[in-house]
Amino acid sequence: MTPLVACVLTVALIALCLYAVFGGADFGGGVWDLLATGRRARAQREAITLAIGPVWEANHVWLIFTIVLLFTCFPPAFADLSIGLFVPLTIALVGIVLRGAAFVFRNYAAGAQGISLVWGAIFGGASVLAPLAFGLCVGGMATGRYAWSSPFAWCIAAFALTLCAQVAAVFLTMEVADAELVGDFRRRALLATLAVAAVGAVALIVAHATEPALFARLAAPRALVIVAVAMLLGAALGAALIGARYAVARILVAGEVVAILGAWFGAQTPYLIADRFTYMQAASGERVLTAFLIATGVGAIVLFPSLWLLFSVFKRAPAPKT
Amino acid sequence: MGTSLAFHIVFAALGVGLPVLALVAEGLWLRTKDRTYYDLARTWAKAMAILFAVGAVSGTNLSFELGLLWPQFMRYAGGIIGLPFSLEGFAFFIEAIFIGLYLYGWERLSPVGHWLTIVPVAVSGAVSAAFVTCANAWMNLPTGFSLAGGRIVDVHPFVAMFAPPWQTEVLHTTLAAYVFTGFGVASVYALAFLRGKRTAKVLAGLRIAMLLGAVAIPLQIVAGDLSARFDAQREPVKFAAMEALFHTQAWAPLTVGGIVDAAHRRTLGALEIPGGLSFLASGNPQATVRGLDAAAPDDLPPVAPVHLAFDLMVGSGTLLLLVALWWFAATRGRARPIGKWLVVALGCSGLLALVALEAGWVVTEMGRQPWIARGLLRTTDAVTIAPGVGAAFAVFSCIYLLLGATCWWLVARLGSA
Repeated sequence: MTPLVACVLTVALIALCLYAVFGGADFGGGVWDLLATGRRARAQREAITLAIGPVWEANHVWLIFTIVLLFTCFPPAFADLSIGLFVPLTIALVGIVLRGAAFVFRNYAAGAQGISLVWGAIFGGASVLAPLAFGLCVGGMATGRYAWSSPFAWCIAAFALTLCAQVAAVFLTMEVADAELVGDFRRRALLATLAVAAVGAVALIVAHATEPALFARLAAPRALVIVAVAMLLGAALGAALIGARYAVARILVAGEVVAILGAWFGAQTPYLIADRFTYMQAASGERVLTAFLIATGVGAIVLFPSLWLLFSVFKRAPAPKT
Repeated sequence: MGTSLAFHIVFAALGVGLPVLALVAEGLWLRTKDRTYYDLARTWAKAMAILFAVGAVSGTNLSFELGLLWPQFMRYAGGIIGLPFSLEGFAFFIEAIFIGLYLYGWERLSPVGHWLTIVPVAVSGAVSAAFVTCANAWMNLPTGFSLAGGRIVDVHPFVAMFAPPWQTEVLHTTLAAYVFTGFGVASVYALAFLRGKRTAKVLAGLRIAMLLGAVAIPLQIVAGDLSARFDAQREPVKFAAMEALFHTQAWAPLTVGGIVDAAHRRTLGALEIPGGLSFLASGNPQATVRGLDAAAPDDLPPVAPVHLAFDLMVGSGTLLLLVALWWFAATRGRARPIGKWLVVALGCSGLLALVALEAGWVVTEMGRQPWIARGLLRTTDAVTIAPGVGAAFAVFSCIYLLLGATCWWLVARLGSA
């Protein structure tokens, strides 16, 4: 692998991790909005809205950035997976379009209760649909034959959904001031952590039974180490939640997601899409990659201070009650 | 893709223009402490929240559709035109970050600090539109690479990003966003005015929007002329289709309106100004202008819709200029009550601006057919082989109808609130 391709892959991995953690949390927020129950259902929804509102569009741009990176730096792979994953990608898009639109429609339809309720339900439903569909895409890619409706792909879909719900619940414990609400999200975070562990285990069993080649790659030392790290982080996260150490839990859950993506990356290397394109086979020419990295460097100089400003204004302390 | 683009362009244009209006309104509030301007800025912020979100998600849809619908095009061109899209990604980041700060920061930032957060939104909105237009300029006149045995080699991304039409296209597209926003918002307030809402807020909203529209429209007509001259030189087939000029000739007439009869290479019932087209293309009424007969029959775009769209665009633009002049003559640019017929004209101007925006897009896209990238790849060779495209199209058409209707309902509610 040339240094240029390695640089581009590093950028890709960073962007994907940021999208998975922050974008995933926003989808997870929608999941908990759908599942809001009990006396405090309304308060839960309000907390979720306040947490997502200022940041979801910025978080969402990581996805667009990743897609642009893919079609600029690895155009044949982009074309190939656009054909092979046409159906799940289209479903993911339906989810993305409806989630974003429904979120603002619900919030700005004040006074029109019925319309607000309908869009609220669409917001929650779309927040479930998008991670499921992205999970199908990732699972399908990993099989090496775009088998996006295979049992393994469905396991990854369920895994992606539970992961989003887990990240969101953990983050939300830090977003609310009310002790009862903190308790609500703590219970949800613990529940989701158990679900992630269970679904992850099922996914490994299904991989062993139906995708021997994939399982062999996952069991290779390079990937196995990262899988083990992810499991340890998940266990530590459970402990942190039980001990109500939310700031620690927030870091652990982000680390867990990064480790899971790292395991996927480790298992696939040197393939960008298993058995179809290696990084080198799909990569654009040197000048294209260089131009992309220059653009990224210049962009990063304005991006990261701006992101810091955004998060420091809205994520410093639990939002005051309005 | 066409549906998605036609849908997205409306929100993209408003995403470029609305922050400018909000910037002015909130700035006026800071300076005069007049509560009317504050209310106006708050209302426009709400409208922006809705429209920006729909613009963001429909834009995401487009970035995926590049691959989902045109995989062969992206296989060839992804690397070449990736640079402007990458830069656009960062511009969009800045837009999304600062719109978050702007929309949710009213209570968390100082008044001046809050006002400043809309500046990056306005700037990056215009810049991201410019980057995307650069990619479109490349499709019109691909450059920055060599062909060896049907394969693209020797790619120069920075050359490709600034394909020859980029200056005229970026200017024309950016101004189109301001024209559409100015007249679009003005018409919302004119309609409120017609329904009897004659508050200071409605008058102030109308005035700020019209100031933007009235400044942008004369500039836009100049920019349009520059674009047409460029096309006459460098995209003669598109130019000939726009003007329905079938035969290469000196003293070429300017053909306005009429029914294009492509099979017999003629236009029926059109108003023809002798030498007009030659004059527009080169400043000399005797000059020879290349007609459609100069291109191979396989390389011709559908003349009738391109000519019709071109006339609609120019006609709407001219009417908008007249409305702007009328408004300025009646008000001298101030927020004063105006006569009924001018209000009616202003109420219609939003629709005219929408027609001009969409027709202009039809001209540049349909005028390039049958090519997706002129001279390089035909649209029919670029389209996906994946099954299910029809179903996806139907689903997204329904979603967009639903979103468009909801947006309209919500924004109209804001306009009369």
